[in-house]
Amino acid sequence: MARTVLVTGVSRHIGARVASALAADPEIHRVIGVDTAPPPSATLDDGALLGRTEFVRVDLRSPDVARVIRAADIDTVVHLSLVSGPSHSRTAMKEHNVIGAMQLLAACQRSDTVRRVVIRSTTAVYGSSPHAPAVFTEDTEPVDGARSGYEKDAFEIEGYVRGFARRRPDISTTVLRFANFMGPGVDSPLTRYFSQPVLPTVLGFDPRLQFVHEDDAVEVLHRLAGEDHQGVFNVAGDGVLLLSQCARRAGRPVVPVPSPAFGLLGGLARSAGLVDFSPEQIALMSHGRAVDTGRIAAELGWRPKYTTAAAFDDFLASRGASPADVLGVLGGLLRRR
Amino acid sequence: MSATTAPGGPSEDGAQIIPLHAATGREDGPPGDRNADDRLAEVLAFLRRRLAGEYEIDEFGFDPDLNDTVLLELLRPLYRHWFRVETVGLENVPADSGALVVANHSGTLPMDALMLQVALHDEAHRPLRLLGAHLVYQLPVLGHLARKSGHTLACREDADRLLRKGELVGVFPEGFKGIGKPFSERYRLQRFGRGGFVASAIHAGVPIIPCAIVGAEEIYPKIGDFRSLARLLGLPYLPITPFFPWLGPLGLVPLPSKWMISFGEPIRTDEYGPDDADDPMLVFDLTDHVRETIQGQLDALRLRRGPAFPVA
Repeated sequence: MARTVLVTGVSRHIGARVASALAADPEIHRVIGVDTAPPPSATLDDGALLGRTEFVRVDLRSPDVARVIRAADIDTVVHLSLVSGPSHSRTAMKEHNVIGAMQLLAACQRSDTVRRVVIRSTTAVYGSSPHAPAVFTEDTEPVDGARSGYEKDAFEIEGYVRGFARRRPDISTTVLRFANFMGPGVDSPLTRYFSQPVLPTVLGFDPRLQFVHEDDAVEVLHRLAGEDHQGVFNVAGDGVLLLSQCARRAGRPVVPVPSPAFGLLGGLARSAGLVDFSPEQIALMSHGRAVDTGRIAAELGWRPKYTTAAAFDDFLASRGASPADVLGVLGGLLRRR
Repeated sequence: MSATTAPGGPSEDGAQIIPLHAATGREDGPPGDRNADDRLAEVLAFLRRRLAGEYEIDEFGFDPDLNDTVLLELLRPLYRHWFRVETVGLENVPADSGALVVANHSGTLPMDALMLQVALHDEAHRPLRLLGAHLVYQLPVLGHLARKSGHTLACREDADRLLRKGELVGVFPEGFKGIGKPFSERYRLQRFGRGGFVASAIHAGVPIIPCAIVGAEEIYPKIGDFRSLARLLGLPYLPITPFFPWLGPLGLVPLPSKWMISFGEPIRTDEYGPDDADDPMLVFDLTDHVRETIQGQLDALRLRRGPAFPVA
């Protein structure tokens, strides 16, 4: 069957990589990539990467996407346009995320050709709280009602997706809750955080973090664009890393800051356009989060190639971060004895 | 270097002067010095691992490397020399399968949890995964130390997950009612929560190991309570003991009572199906049974221990 796939969010790294992976797949007839902004360097690196992907510039908050779906007889929609770090304002981010998803789902609901919808979500929907279980499964009800930003967007989008899946049970709907992306090309609040020379941490807290390598994310999205797997799945690398452990692996000193000051510092850093510390980021930096990935392993017979630690090490290697010098000294001491 | 000198040590045993010079003459390292070398190498290897971040933690945040090398090491003097903990019935603790240890809770501060952890780690060679109160995980430092030490929040999801993984899970079903009870009620078991622990054990089909801890009741004899101040601080209680708060921080030194910990015969749950975990009547009955077993065990062990502060 000749398949026509629509990929949203192709101007961002993961979207571009998924589009190019799909474009390289001979079973797929046509790949149409849409985004609000054109790919940053359409002619050079990313443009070459996108391969035979046809780019259509569409404002995702408008009903224009419906026209694209109708005109191109799309049968598979891969929705990746979920912004985690606001380069612009919070309102714009929310509109982009929530209204964008609503428009897309509305278009899919009307369509006679769409057979499969794959939605990118995030493990942030579980929140980060001292009152929650240590490991979230897909069935865990979020404990804390108070949520903000990105977390809230993803939570609301999932609500609309559930409604959509109920109204169109004939369409296979897959929701993938990804842990934080990690890898050489990932640009997220967290990768920007780890690129700082000194890492501020919340005093008295050492959160558990979980990453998924971009290659694994692309692989699973590529695969799900071609197979029906209804339901919600967590996707994360095996194992967890503590923030302190990440900092040590990166060879970066940490500065523990009391949590109210951490929030203040975050606000300052954000207004200065440096690093983004949104409230949900602070909750993550305090209480951490880990998810169970048993369901997707059972459903697809697939395990991520990179563990959380391997994904982080690959990210570090790409940034050329060197482990602390103290290590060399210690090693020397050991050898001399 | 130390490896080459070590075999030389015993062969030159005839020269009796060597041990006398051991403090100054390093050329012929006696066995004691070699141990110190090994120890130093171990410490350096540990530091190296820690600094590189090259150690593994599990999904609950348990850091066995840190726990064995640092956290438990800090508790061992207290365990061996201060409370002189004795254990009974360790053969009832399974060697490598999942089980739920249910114990009485006392002592104002959860010292009993820490000692139980040392006992099971050092004498049964099993890490204990305790299910702790919400309060612990809200506090900075403490919450994360608890996680690194292998413990997690008392909730059904975490309990089920740990038991399914074959871990040795510990609970104190009396909770704050037990640990914060006045000295006059010592060794009297309080109500056992809502029996969630029994449901988890049935669900996982693991045995319940009743455990009695004698000695913790006497470490901080609680004779009063600053109720309104505790409420203001959001604490379940703020104790008055004969020494606290009168002696300030000195009042926090636990009294050196003699401790005993006994593990009773496992109470099997594998005869029930997982669905029986949802039968409240069965869960209540089994909860009562466990409670009575521990109370009996506690009374017998208290007699066996004798006075809390033996004179000799």
